[in-house]
This record gives sequence, structure tokens and C-alpha cells, in this order.
Amino acid sequence: MSGGSLLCIRDLKVRFRVYEGVAAAVDGVDLEVGRGDTVGLVGESGCGKSVTAMSILRLLPSPPAQTQGLIQFQGVNILELTQDEIRKIRGGSISMIFQEPMTSLNPLMTIGEQISEAIVLHQGLDRQEAWQRAVEMLSRVQIPSPELRAREYPHKLSGGMRQRAMIAMALSCHPQLLLADEPTTALDVTIQAQIMDLMQKLREEMHASILLITHNLGLIAEMARKVVVMYAGKVVEEAPVKELFQEPLHPYTQGLLGSVPVLGRKFQETRRRLQEIPGIVPSIFQMPRGCRFHPRCPKAMPVCSEEEPPMIHTGQNRRVLCWLWQ
Amino acid sequence: MFQYTVRRLISTIPVLIGISLLLFVMLRALPGDPALVLAGQMASPEDIELIRVQLGLDQPIHVQYAKFMSRLAVLDLGRSARTQNPVMEEIWARLPNTFLLATTAITLACLLGIPAGIVAAVKPYTRVDYLVTSFSLFGISMPVFWLGLMLVVVFSVTLHWLPAGGIGTWKHVVLPTVTLASFVVAFIARMTRSSMMEVLSQDYITTARSKGLMEKVVIVKHALRNALIPIITVVGLQFGSLLGGAVLTETVFAWPGMGRLIVDSILARDYTMIQGSILIFGLLYILVNLVVDLIYAYVDPRIHYD
Amino acid sequence: MQEQGVQVTSIPRGSESRLRKGLAKLFRNRMAVFGGILILGYLVTAILAPVLYPGNPSAPNLMRSLERPSLEHPLGTDELGRSILGRMIYGSRVSLMISIGVVCVGLLVGVPLGLVSGYYGGKVDFVLQRITDMLLAFPGFLLALALVAILGVGINNTVISIGISMVPIYIRLVRGCVLSVREQVYVEAARAVGTRDLKILKRHILPNVMVPIIVQTSLGMGTAILFAAGLGFLGIGVQPPTPEWGAMLGSGRGYIFNSPHVATFPGIAIFLAVLGFNLLGDGLRDALDPRSKI
Repeated sequence: MSGGSLLCIRDLKVRFRVYEGVAAAVDGVDLEVGRGDTVGLVGESGCGKSVTAMSILRLLPSPPAQTQGLIQFQGVNILELTQDEIRKIRGGSISMIFQEPMTSLNPLMTIGEQISEAIVLHQGLDRQEAWQRAVEMLSRVQIPSPELRAREYPHKLSGGMRQRAMIAMALSCHPQLLLADEPTTALDVTIQAQIMDLMQKLREEMHASILLITHNLGLIAEMARKVVVMYAGKVVEEAPVKELFQEPLHPYTQGLLGSVPVLGRKFQETRRRLQEIPGIVPSIFQMPRGCRFHPRCPKAMPVCSEEEPPMIHTGQNRRVLCWLWQ
Repeated sequence: MFQYTVRRLISTIPVLIGISLLLFVMLRALPGDPALVLAGQMASPEDIELIRVQLGLDQPIHVQYAKFMSRLAVLDLGRSARTQNPVMEEIWARLPNTFLLATTAITLACLLGIPAGIVAAVKPYTRVDYLVTSFSLFGISMPVFWLGLMLVVVFSVTLHWLPAGGIGTWKHVVLPTVTLASFVVAFIARMTRSSMMEVLSQDYITTARSKGLMEKVVIVKHALRNALIPIITVVGLQFGSLLGGAVLTETVFAWPGMGRLIVDSILARDYTMIQGSILIFGLLYILVNLVVDLIYAYVDPRIHYD
Repeated sequence: MQEQGVQVTSIPRGSESRLRKGLAKLFRNRMAVFGGILILGYLVTAILAPVLYPGNPSAPNLMRSLERPSLEHPLGTDELGRSILGRMIYGSRVSLMISIGVVCVGLLVGVPLGLVSGYYGGKVDFVLQRITDMLLAFPGFLLALALVAILGVGINNTVISIGISMVPIYIRLVRGCVLSVREQVYVEAARAVGTRDLKILKRHILPNVMVPIIVQTSLGMGTAILFAAGLGFLGIGVQPPTPEWGAMLGSGRGYIFNSPHVATFPGIAIFLAVLGFNLLGDGLRDALDPRSKI
């Protein structure tokens, strides 16, 4: 099963031991990303999707984080690598783009310095060659007058420009996997589309895979081939993108889709109100018994509050964590 | 930058005038006649009157102030009532001593405090951190004059290694420097720790790690440079206040600096001297602040003074 | 996304439960508890001074001057033959009175001025801030020293001088807090419905600036003890024969070569008292106001 995949996560558990107790931020996640694939990881904030991404590069501070399970990348378990080995992967074959372009760049270093730093490290180029590559990368992410921009500090660039610079930095060493954690959430809507197009284009050119983490379902519909939905630290549904949008199986996914306005359809025509999922995400320290979604679930049955639901494979590439499909 | 410097220098003038005015009025509103103090107990009323005229105390206060300011314009701060020497001369004689002590103390404090703070911040809530945190708490809670005396007891009285006070050789500098630095080390270590911890939690540090940089590089190249900005302010302010005289340390070690001068003048009610030294001190402090701001602009590309 | 709407309304009401949670956190902080114990010991000593040392701590007994520690005088005697322990016990009263007085001056003058300056802004703010700038241009101890020079020596002038030297710190602190709170939605809302200024200040703004003030007050007590001792040491603070720790150290300085115990013990008392308030202040800040950096 994991033969053709680039990244294969099995039973990943991440716990944070803090004073208030032990928080199981990620609780038994399975996830696969194929070569050249774009996988969407969706869920509300706090569901553990960012923690999952961070644990792939082992960027979680430990303590308090404790990570268990298997994260297989190109056949090696990342969780068993030494510090030196994981550092070679970071920024080399796996790189990451973060949510906040405003705070993700070092304010005291020029854009060029920050990009060439990784190039020197992973590609073994000298400083000047690395600088040239950095400028080249800036022009590939369509930043105008890249020589000039490379010499500027982050505060001189707009949010969109900074995120382009982040993408340039992330792609500068030809990674095989790009972890994009809410890459456009902090940007204007018009810029969002440009950035996503750019990422899609570069992914094709460089034959990279993307794990796109977002709560924006519109983005997923455009970008991803496969979607993984997370709720309260668990994967609740996985499906090819079209099937998920046409026929969501998990009540939580149904709720998520129901809370997105459908463009192009007038309110009167559909006669459908924008639905919301009642209640809030459960506290990470006090997970409900049984299915973690049952207190908010419109279709909850007695069994849901008693026993944890099993993972049910309903099709070749579909699985859902719900008693309804038993 | 040059324009900014000039503008800042000009803007210090009203502040200095304000300080001088405040000082002038307050000093003259005091109970107690300085002429009486100066003349001593045996003086006749005629003698006292003579001193009053000599000091210009017989004239109305605004006339006195105008005279004071016009002399100030040519850097004449008057004569000390206690020693009869020009105030400027007395201050010039003391300033190098104070400057020496302030420089050695701040250097020692930076050399110890900044690394200690970094280590504590990099390994928070470990034994090293607790050690640094407790020592810096001790440092800011310890009365410096007591520490100074204890050092004298150990190194001068018992071991006879270092002189108990005075000025002359490098040996005379050691104990006052350590005493003066103790508080500043602690203060700088605390600031460095909190500043560093804040920076280490920033997103761009995660970005730096995600590039695959060595932890050492992340800490020194990415975190420390950012953390240094608030530390520069603290170091500058501390240096400024050390220039004003480490009054207590100078007293303990009989160190002839600005701090001693101010205390002696206060004890002798030497108004011209108090006035002059506080004014000079205000000027020095403002200059130090200006230098700090200029360093800021140099270190932080986000700041532009135009 | 849905939660955001809830948060705005919960800020002003949250301050009470935040305080309770914070205090619980404070009691788990071993350093802060140790600080609290030191302060408690200090308070008990000050209150029970006549019980702990029945004699007169200021009565000289020249026959027994500069004695080393003994059973009768556990910490020895000073140059006038007075028990150092007895004077230290009574000295805690003096330093406690001074530090409470200092903090009261700082609070009573600084907090209202800071509130007014931050809330009204404009000319009042401008003038107050320039004066604050000027006072803050001097290190606290030097400012207190200059004020003593103007006011004269003695216990009352010590309190006033150190108190005034702390006023600008409170003005800055309170003004900063007010400015950040003033623009919050709930304050704007209160203003929009026509609540009177005084009521807004009392209801909405004061509770939010309480925490930094509490922290600053604990740290300020420590500073006050340190400053008062410094002035006493220089001979321009509390005057003899009143037993004051700094002055005891100052007079002991003359006998440092033959009788170092005279200067040693009062210094330990100062150190422990100041340490107590600094530990408590740090603990309070970590527990109540973890993001600030005083």
C-alpha cells in the first residue's frame, strides 16, 4: 500500500504534556501523499492538522510534545532519524510554507540572504552562486525586479510578495514534498488565487507533491486531488476531491460543506440557509466518550456516545470514521 | 541620519532648560539659607550679608536665573561654594574616573549577562536556567554597598589581595567594577532571557529551523540578532545611569567620581555644584539615549529616522 | 471563526476569574511562595518587634561596644554597645513603614495622573508626559537623592523623595495600559451608550490596569527598601539613633577591619526583604500577566 507513496503516516500520535494535563493533539492519524500528488488536509482550527504537518519535519518543541507512530518518507521513518539526518531533510527534500508571511520572515535579514541560506546549506553552492539562485527563484515566483527585491528587508514587501518569497525559499532546493500550512489565509482574496496558481504551476514544473493544510474548502476543491478531513485529532473522512464534494459521508464533512456558501446559486433558488455546525470543538483535555463529534452531530445515535466508531472503507479510496456506515 | 542627529541634539536644549529651571526654583525654595551654612556658626551678620552679595542671593530670583543662564551659554557653571573652584573644573576632574568605572562595569556586565541570559532562554526550566534566574534575582536584590563591603572584608581585610579603596592602579578598579557590575549583570541577564525567549517563540525561528539550519545558527544568527534590540536599550540606559554616578559604590570605595561629588555637594549644601553636576548629568544621559537610538537605526532596518 | 464573536464580550468579565486562576498558579510557584514566606517573616518581625526584643534598641552601652556575636547578643553589638539583632528587629519596622509610605505616594499620585493622562490625552497628556520624560531621564536613586538634597534628611523626607521618584514609573505604566484598553470594543461601546467618564474609568479601565499595578507594587516595595537603605547608608536618610538597616551598615563601615559583623548582618536583612518582594513580584507577573515584561 505504501509502495508508490512519497509520504506515509501510520498511527501518528502527538501529545503535549502541560500543567493542565496531557493533550492528545493528534490521535492515530493515517495519511498518504503520492508522488506528484496534492493532498488537502482540512479541519477547524485546533483539530491537529498543523501539528501533523509540524511533526513531519519534527519541528514541534519537545518537551512538551511527544510524538509516536510512523512517518515514512521515501522509505525512512523520520521519527527515528538523528538530528543531523532530519536537518538534511528540512528545507531539502521536504520544505514548509507557513500561514503568516508577515511574521515568518526574519525582519533583520534581506530576502536574498534568507533564501540563499538554505541553498548554501543543501546544494553546496558558495554564497555568490546561492545568491544568483535566490534571485532566479524570486523571478520564478514572479516577483518583479528580483535583483532589487533580494537586497530588501521583509518589511518593505507586501504580504503577497512576502508569501511569494516564502515559496521561493521553500522551493529553492527542489523539495519533493511541500507542506503548505494555510499558505493564503492571511492574504487578500485576489492574491490568494494568484499564489495558489503559482504553487500549482511550480509543483508541476518541479514534480513535487503538496500537502495543503487549510480550512478553506474552496481552495481544496481547486487544488487537491485527494482530501483528508480531520476532527479533534482524528481523521474522520478521506476521499477523492470530487466524490467528497458530491457525496460527503461523515456528518462533520456534511456540516463543513453546508457552511460554505455556493457561488453562482442565488439564495432564493436554493432556498437553503447557510448551515452551521452547532456547538464548538471539544476541549483538547476533555474529549467526549465514543465518537468525538457526537455532541455536535445531528445524526447521533445511542452507540455514538458509547463506543468509538471504526474506520470503514466504503470504496477503493474512501474511508470514513462513523457508525452510520457500519 | 546626520539631520536626525542634529535635530535630536537641538531638541535636548528645551529639556535641559526645563531641568535647570526646575532645579533652580526648587533649590531656592529650600528651607535654610546657603549663605548661613557657608559662613559657619561663628560668622557675624555682616559676613553673612557679604556672602549673600557675593553669591548674588540678594537679587530677585529671575535675575539670578538670567545670570545663571547667560553664564551657562559660555559653559560657565559658576564656582563651588565649598571649594571655591569652578564647577566645570571639578566635574572635569571627576568625569574620567566615573567614565572608567562605568565602562569596565558595563563591559563586564555584558560579557557575563548576555551569554547567561541566552543559555537560560535556550534551555528554559532546566537547571542552568534556574541557576541563572536565581543568581540574577540575587543580583537585583542585593544592596550594592553591602556587597562592596563584603568584598572588602574578603579580598582586602582577610586575603590582602586588593586595596579596600582609592584610585591608582588596575587593582583599585577590580572591586568597584565587580560591585557596580553585580546589579547590571543581573539586570541584563534577566532582560536577555526574556527577550530571547520571546524571539525564540516567533514564527521566523520556526522558518529558520524548517530550512534545516543547525540549532546553533538558528540561535546566534536568527534569534540573537533580533533579541539584541531591546538589550541595547537596557545596556544604554544602564550605562547612562552609571555615568550619573554610582553614588553608593563610589562611596564604599572612596572613588573620586561624579557620584561622590554629588553626595558631598548635597551634604555641604553646595548649590552651584549640585546644580552644575545634575545639569551635566542630564546632558550626558540625553547623549547616551541619542547614541542608543542611532545604534538602533543601524541594527534594525525597519527604523528610519528621516 | 465562530468563537471570535464570543471573545469580545468576555474580556472585561474575565478579569475576576483570571485573578483567581492566577492566584492558584502563584501558589504552585515555589519561588514565589518562598518570597511570600520571606515577606511574612518580615511583616511578623516588624509587628512583633517589642515582643521579640523587649529592650530599648537605641540605648547605648559603651562598656560593651563592638562585641562579637555571643549568647546574650547573638549578632554582636555595634560601636555604641547596642544589640545588632535588636536594632535589626526594630529596623524592620522602619523599613516597612518607609516602603509602605513610598508605595502609597507612588500609587496615590502616579495612578490618577496616569489614568487621566492616558484616558483624556491632549494637552494634559502632553504636559504630563514631558514632565515624566524629564524625571525618567534620571535614574531612580539619583532622583531620590536630588529630592533629599532639596527636602532635607529624615524619615518623612525619605518617604516623599523615594515616593516621588517612583511616580513617573506608575504614570508610564498606567498610561500605557489605559491606551491599550481604551481602544477596546467594550470601552468604545460603553462610551457610545453615554456612560460617564468616571464610571468608565472605574468599571472598565481600572480593573484592567490592576494587574500591572499589583506587580509593580510588589517590585516597588523591594526598590523602596533598597533605596531607603542606600540613603541611610550615605547618611542622608533616616537619622540616628533610629535603627535603620542602611544607616547601621553605614556606621558599621568604619569598623569593617576589626568588627566586620557590624556591617554584615544588616545587609543580610535588606537582601532578604528585597529578595522576598522581587520573588513575589516575579511570581505575580508570571501568574497574572505572563506577556508583560517589567
